[in-house]
Amino acid sequence: MSVKHGLSGVVRLGIQSLLLHKLRAILTMLGVLFGVASVIAMLAIGEGASAEAQEQIRQLGSQNVILRSVKPPEDLRGGGETTRVSSYGLTTSDFERVRDTFPAVVRTVPVRQLQQEVRLEERVLNPRVLGTDAQYVNVTGRKVCEGRFLSDQDQAAVSNVCVLGYEVARFLSPFESSLGKSIKVGGEYFTCVGVLLPRVPLGSDPAQPGVEVTGEVFVPLETGRSWFGDTQVKIRSGSREMEEVQLHEIYVQVDSDEHVTLVADAAKEMLKRQHKQKDWEVVVPLELLLQAEKTKRTFNIVLGSIAAISLLVGGIGIMNVMLATVTERTREIGIRRALGAKRRHIVTQFLVETVVLSVGGGLLGIALGLVIPAGVEHWAKMKTVVTPDAPILAFAISAGVGVVFGIYPAWRAAAMDPVEALRHE
Amino acid sequence: MAGSADLPVAELIDVTRLYKMGANEVRALDRFSFTFRAGEYWSIMGSSGSGKSTLLNLLGCIDRPTTGAYRIKGEDTQTLDDDELSELRSRHIGFVFQSYNLIQQLNVLENILVPLIYQDDPPEDGEERARRLAQRVGLGDRLDHKPTELSGGQQQRVAIARALVNDPTFVLADEATGNLDSKTAKEILDLFDELHAEGKTILLVTHEPSVGLRAQKTLRLKDGRIEDVRDNRAVVA
Repeated sequence: MSVKHGLSGVVRLGIQSLLLHKLRAILTMLGVLFGVASVIAMLAIGEGASAEAQEQIRQLGSQNVILRSVKPPEDLRGGGETTRVSSYGLTTSDFERVRDTFPAVVRTVPVRQLQQEVRLEERVLNPRVLGTDAQYVNVTGRKVCEGRFLSDQDQAAVSNVCVLGYEVARFLSPFESSLGKSIKVGGEYFTCVGVLLPRVPLGSDPAQPGVEVTGEVFVPLETGRSWFGDTQVKIRSGSREMEEVQLHEIYVQVDSDEHVTLVADAAKEMLKRQHKQKDWEVVVPLELLLQAEKTKRTFNIVLGSIAAISLLVGGIGIMNVMLATVTERTREIGIRRALGAKRRHIVTQFLVETVVLSVGGGLLGIALGLVIPAGVEHWAKMKTVVTPDAPILAFAISAGVGVVFGIYPAWRAAAMDPVEALRHE
Repeated sequence: MAGSADLPVAELIDVTRLYKMGANEVRALDRFSFTFRAGEYWSIMGSSGSGKSTLLNLLGCIDRPTTGAYRIKGEDTQTLDDDELSELRSRHIGFVFQSYNLIQQLNVLENILVPLIYQDDPPEDGEERARRLAQRVGLGDRLDHKPTELSGGQQQRVAIARALVNDPTFVLADEATGNLDSKTAKEILDLFDELHAEGKTILLVTHEPSVGLRAQKTLRLKDGRIEDVRDNRAVVA
């Protein structure tokens, strides 16, 4: 066996020296431990919160522009009446104009929301009933899990067919497939031809009693219009309110990301000219996404700074202990120097001890940092996401803390005069 | 003794070492010249303040002369930087201290190996050498023991093994028996006699006349100068 110490030998020596004061070593590690754990936990919680928001935005489609009907302020038309018809929102001609005017537009999908009850035998539900066309799944990226989506033929033939959202299907027919069943929407019967996958993986079972079921039922736009008309009745705090809205949403899919803003601005201009009142809005998911990413970045910087401060405190703790250790071991340094240790050997020895402390604390911190998000998810029911780079980052930082805060004590040790050091008691 | 005997191993030429004590200057060594030769066994004596500690530090290359030259085996030490001086210590000098100065967290074998791990190009057979030396000083069966598990005499034996592991040009012992009872001290001095008989060069700094007399020759210092050089064999004989 060669006498020369490899890195493993030096590390082993460092651990041996630290083991002389076990409690001190553990307490010193705590600083870095909590620092690293808080970095990972904070990032995981922050990431989880924004991931959910971003996923929702992404489902709207980054190449989409969504035009929506918005109920204008009511005071313009005076109150007091118990029954009135308010007419507002996007119209079929808006739809046609958008579809035909912009060359960058690939697909245009109309969506109408119907206030209807949905029923299968004794099970009743109030989901969003949407009248739309075959292109809806292509624009929103929703996936069919059973059967098929609405087709152009359904539209042309004004067929009484419907497609159920996953949650609705599970609720209405928990034990068997809903395909082919006659679903009662409002007063009419619609044959179920397909079921869509949920937007996001479900956390709870919708078939269970007491769980509020939201969800969607899709019917051909024309079928919906012919059965239920353009006027809808809303009953609100004693007053009946009639609304006439031709289209609630228009999904506009653009050929590329660069044209999204262009089309959105053009659509705004167009709607501004066509509508006397501001009874519409334009939603650009891409912009929302960018906004959300920006928010997330700010969030991460804030969390990162907090974590960095705790790591700094941990680092200072380590430095403090190492300075005390160096003083305490002055004699050992003198002996080693007298026996031939060069300055770099002494620097290495103390630096390795510091790094062992900080990396040891870092590893324990990573373990704790992985446990905390799991605990938060379990007890606080908050979504957390531990990205793989978070532990790596935390580990690198803890090693860095060891090096940065170890250099000065190590240098102090190496700079000692051997004669003085040997005389030290 | 073979051909290497009588070669100068440590030469001090006109060495002065000044210390600044506030406004005063203390001349710890004053134009001091002396040559130690291979195979010799010297005791260096003097009262406190005579300059013997300063001489020890200079000989051990942990201090430098203010003026003058110090050569080890003909190599001038004045021009060496800190790293080179450290390397020189690890190759040429075997330190034995009064308070043993073993490293507490290391066991016997590891302690003996310390001078070798700092050499730029350590010998392949270092560990074997260390085991042999531990055997030689009577601690072959305690290699795993930590210093705190050993008596003072045993610790000093480990220190002597450590001083020999790099096959030094000379062994530099500083009051090596100062912390030991008379019986153990005698054992250590017997060990030095044996080492001397094997041809090792030993420089033993002490203030105890009885210890000084065990050496072949005695160099006595006073006020940073040589007071007296005496061959003890003549006295004994």
